[in-house]
Amino acid sequence: MSEDQINPAPPVHSDPAAHSRRVFLFKLSLALNAAVGAVLAVPLVSYLLGPALKKSSSIGAWIPLGPLTDFPIGETRLASFRSPVASFNDGDTANTACWVRRIADQEFQVFAINCAHLGCPVRWFAQSKLFLCPCHGGAYYEDGSRASGPPERGLFEYRYQIANNALLIHAGDMPTLATQASCKPKPLIQIHPATPQSAESTSPRSSQWPA
Amino acid sequence: MASLKQRVLDWLDLRLGLIRPLTDAATHPTPVNSASWLYVFGSAATVLLILQVVTGILLALVYSPSANEAWASLGLLNHTIPLGWYLRALHGWGSDFMIAIVLLHMVQVFLFGAYKFPRELTWIVGVGLLLLTLAMAFTGQVMRFDQDSYWGLGIGASIISRVPFIGAPLVHLLLGGPILGGATLSRFFTLHVFVIPGLLLAAVAVHIWMVLLHGVSDWPMPGRIVRRTTYQQQYHELTASTGIPFVPDAAWKDAVFAAAIILAVMACAFFFGPIGPSGVPDPTIIQTAPKPDFAFLWIYAVLAFLPTSLETPVMMIAPVLIIAALLLLPIFAGEGERHWSRRPVAVLLISVIAVTLGIFTHLGTYTPWSPIMDAWTSAPIPPSLLLNRTPLERQGALVLQDKQCRNCHSIAGAGGQRGPALDAIASRMTEDQIIRQVLQGGGNMPAYGNALNPSETKALMRFLMTLRGNNLAPAIDASTHLTHPTSSPPKP
Repeated sequence: MSEDQINPAPPVHSDPAAHSRRVFLFKLSLALNAAVGAVLAVPLVSYLLGPALKKSSSIGAWIPLGPLTDFPIGETRLASFRSPVASFNDGDTANTACWVRRIADQEFQVFAINCAHLGCPVRWFAQSKLFLCPCHGGAYYEDGSRASGPPERGLFEYRYQIANNALLIHAGDMPTLATQASCKPKPLIQIHPATPQSAESTSPRSSQWPA
Repeated sequence: MASLKQRVLDWLDLRLGLIRPLTDAATHPTPVNSASWLYVFGSAATVLLILQVVTGILLALVYSPSANEAWASLGLLNHTIPLGWYLRALHGWGSDFMIAIVLLHMVQVFLFGAYKFPRELTWIVGVGLLLLTLAMAFTGQVMRFDQDSYWGLGIGASIISRVPFIGAPLVHLLLGGPILGGATLSRFFTLHVFVIPGLLLAAVAVHIWMVLLHGVSDWPMPGRIVRRTTYQQQYHELTASTGIPFVPDAAWKDAVFAAAIILAVMACAFFFGPIGPSGVPDPTIIQTAPKPDFAFLWIYAVLAFLPTSLETPVMMIAPVLIIAALLLLPIFAGEGERHWSRRPVAVLLISVIAVTLGIFTHLGTYTPWSPIMDAWTSAPIPPSLLLNRTPLERQGALVLQDKQCRNCHSIAGAGGQRGPALDAIASRMTEDQIIRQVLQGGGNMPAYGNALNPSETKALMRFLMTLRGNNLAPAIDASTHLTHPTSSPPKP
């Protein structure tokens, strides 16, 4: 619309009135571009921020770790699974490990591999009943609570349930202090049919380690 | 021939219009005292940047920025593509050299007071260049998509996750999704190849433009004070009286140094080879001890020593303060003495920072705070410590090995350094003190009350009580004499 007004502009340079009109039109065109730019920025910025706008609690799914017989009572075993949120181009990085501690027949603790300090992979030492981190020496007891070193809390825990004699955990976000493994309760998107005996994990340290 | 060359240049200049301004810029007069071997670091950094751009483009011909293929494409470069290994080595060593030269350049400018009026903005842009260079180093470490790269990104995400309120969205923004994977590598590739190099080249252009505009700073002299009112006139008088054309009278030193640096990069690349990659970035492989590249080892070390309660505040606040201090330096110290002999605080600052970075980097190379995960099976107990010992004491030595004590405690120099060496533990602590420390933990030591049964504890104590170094006197509880005046100190 501004072009229609510019086209008949007379080629007069000295006329102050025409000059001021050109300046006005130029400023108008700047404003027009600012408006177009602002509208254009909405999809561009939304695209860029897309991953950050997704609600953390809506990410993830239940995923089986294997039959209960894989996890002897009283022991802590390394289990691995393919992340349920993996994309086609994630390659090996979507393979995820976790430590499964079977306390009793139907009672488990499933710990994230990532140290609560800075996310390095902790290792379980059955003889001293400790998880040790190779990066900065964080140590955790067998129940995942902090033993020593720089971590400010215990290991992250996955929620779990038992269905059809198999252990399932709820996995999604990579566990960090802001995106913990144990995400908020939500309607189950089941891979296996739910059974009435499913045991929801309760966080035993929720009061002790306010996150 | 000379006339032909002149005619070509004239033809070009008439149409391009850049020959004469560039010639004028190259031959601008510079104070003769600035034609020094200490004024060569900036140009060397620029030449290294060009090397990085060229080798980076060549590597991008083969490298595949996908989490599926990145690690394998590095192997292809290292082992199959002719001279691929050498290009990777040049790029990797070029990056290390560039950080070193940029830091040297910065130290020289700081100690010579060259950031003062009218070159404040040159310094501020230079701080931006340092940060961009470090950003290139970090994103470059991610391009080498191996285990160190994966867990280094995990450390980055864990640090970002500590930002109050918006930690989770920031983690997702950094990773490009809920997990560290293909999307993460793609965003860091974009940063490493498009975004940061673009900013870097633009900032270098502005930086060099300002160097030409204000001229190369003259050699500082004690007592020659920089004042906003007089400096520029003094500088122009100096260049008028002692000025020499930068090209060729001063630039030959820059050229020689740049050639030497490039030769050094070539030699390091040839003799030491490419950097990595280490193991495949599969996070289910947990037998790994991730470590960042050399330039970030000091941060890795600092993060091991910060008290738990201070860690998040320091992570959030310290970088802001450090960068703000660097940016504001020329604003608050834009005038005054330039010579280092009249600026003791500046010299002290550089010394303290250099020693601090050096110590933390050195600690980062051997990580004394980390348990040595296999020491309990790989570090033997010297036979001399088992000679003439009772069966119970020897059983205690077995308990010590089996309970992974050696992962954190060394004996005869073998084992972890997380906790104190145990060679002379019984000369420093009484049996009661050791039992309390082992069973209840404390300090940096976990409690072993749940991992030791009474007989194991007894055997372990018997063995530990034999560890008195070079037959030192056993530790004595000083209060025993006060509470039990009749009892005598324990026999050795």
